[in-house]
Amino acid sequence: MQRFSAFALLAKSLGGHQGWSRQWRLATPKDAYDVVIVGGGGHGLATAYYLARNHGITNVAVLEKGWLGGGNVARNTTIVRSNYLWDESAALYEHSLKLWEDLSQDLNYNVMLSQRGVLNLAHSLQEVRDSRRRVYANQLNGVDAEWLDRGGVKVFCPLINTDESLRYPVLGATLQRRAGTARHDAVAWGFARAADSRGVDIVENCEVTGFDIQGGRVTGVQTTRGAIRAPKVAIVVAGHGSVMAERAGFRLPLESHPLQALVSEPIKPVLDCVVMSNAVHVYVSQSDKGELVIGAGIDSYNSYAQRGSLPVVTSQLGALIALFPMFSRLKMMRNWGGIVDVSPDASPIVGKTPIDGLYFNGGWGTGGFKATPGSGHIFAHTIAHEDPHPLAAPFNLDRFSTGALVDEHGAAAVAH
Amino acid sequence: MLLIDCPHCGPRDETEFHAGGEAHIARPEKAAELTDAQWADYLFMRSNTKGWFAERWVHAAGCRRWFNVERHTVTHEIRRTYPMAGAPTEPEEGP
Repeated sequence: MQRFSAFALLAKSLGGHQGWSRQWRLATPKDAYDVVIVGGGGHGLATAYYLARNHGITNVAVLEKGWLGGGNVARNTTIVRSNYLWDESAALYEHSLKLWEDLSQDLNYNVMLSQRGVLNLAHSLQEVRDSRRRVYANQLNGVDAEWLDRGGVKVFCPLINTDESLRYPVLGATLQRRAGTARHDAVAWGFARAADSRGVDIVENCEVTGFDIQGGRVTGVQTTRGAIRAPKVAIVVAGHGSVMAERAGFRLPLESHPLQALVSEPIKPVLDCVVMSNAVHVYVSQSDKGELVIGAGIDSYNSYAQRGSLPVVTSQLGALIALFPMFSRLKMMRNWGGIVDVSPDASPIVGKTPIDGLYFNGGWGTGGFKATPGSGHIFAHTIAHEDPHPLAAPFNLDRFSTGALVDEHGAAAVAH
Repeated sequence: MLLIDCPHCGPRDETEFHAGGEAHIARPEKAAELTDAQWADYLFMRSNTKGWFAERWVHAAGCRRWFNVERHTVTHEIRRTYPMAGAPTEPEEGP
């Protein structure tokens, strides 16, 4: 792997930056691997990377239906945080945030993590109580969290309209200072490059069309580029979890919904933190290019269309303008949708499936991006040891039978 | 943007409706006799179909009645709406 450094940059600049090599090989699938990962999104690539880095398993293929950075890893609003209410979730997302903090060094690839602070606004007395409870829970779990009253919000983010006459006035906010944003497609490219350099084959334009299962045990996959044998297969396909599970012959408690985002025209720096509101439901940050990146909730009905409906956009822009009246004259440049798999308790499903050797990682709902390194890390451990990583154990598929749900609906700072 | 043909009120904008998820999931008659896995299957597991999908909607800002819709989850085309008691269309070959 060609390492990036200030010296390399200077040396290549002498050649007009023509001498850079490919970031990863264009791999042709082999007949057999030790592990096949279905899905080359952020979580799939992270899984491959940590399999190679932490467990020495390098005979691995990542099979991607489209191209790297074409799915949800590049369709999200790039927010990274760990201020979840329940112990299991806080441990998982905090583990991930700690990996984020060293990720650029670890991958030798700048993922542009910007720990600019995330505000979660509270607009009613009940929301104030719930938010403060979450702050205490976070502090007990070693997650940095603060409560700001209305005046504190105004000091931290002067742009927010804290006028008491608002229909849903801002009464305060939780603040996680270590939270922020990251450059989403750099995350995909960085993990791909680092995994590839350790021997992982990344195969694009290769859709998995079926699973070979003998005696309740997976033996390989059928793809649009031929059959591939593998004793271990891992499904990591945000948005198509149920489709893959059906091909393998088991059922999941997931529903797929569109989640939309949009960006404004670029403007000079005005917003130096991430602002999220659950009650009026919008979240916004400003990218390094100056665009406002705006998101909200899912469309209510099932869809695989990667596009949402206009009423959701109308609602989130109404909320945005109430909170930031000065944004009312901004033009919106682009909007798009991704498909998210939402689980009944708004928590992911990570671990074994009813089929031996077949592993599943999905159901991250609207919040998977923040978990990318942590998800890959614990999933790689689960695959390598054939036993769930302690942080992954609560997120098993069996919890829907045992009743041990991790109910983050409404508790996790935003609705999922 | 969906135009939904309420069986009771006629075609209306989607903002008048609320989506209610997968249709035709019958509550087990002898729920107490089910295993945990069977109960989980009823309560949580969903077909989450990619293609033609039967789902429930309620005309919340209209007649407030529930009904069924057959909608394609990739194109969003609606081919049929029918009252709660109606039977789903038999699946065709392919999605």
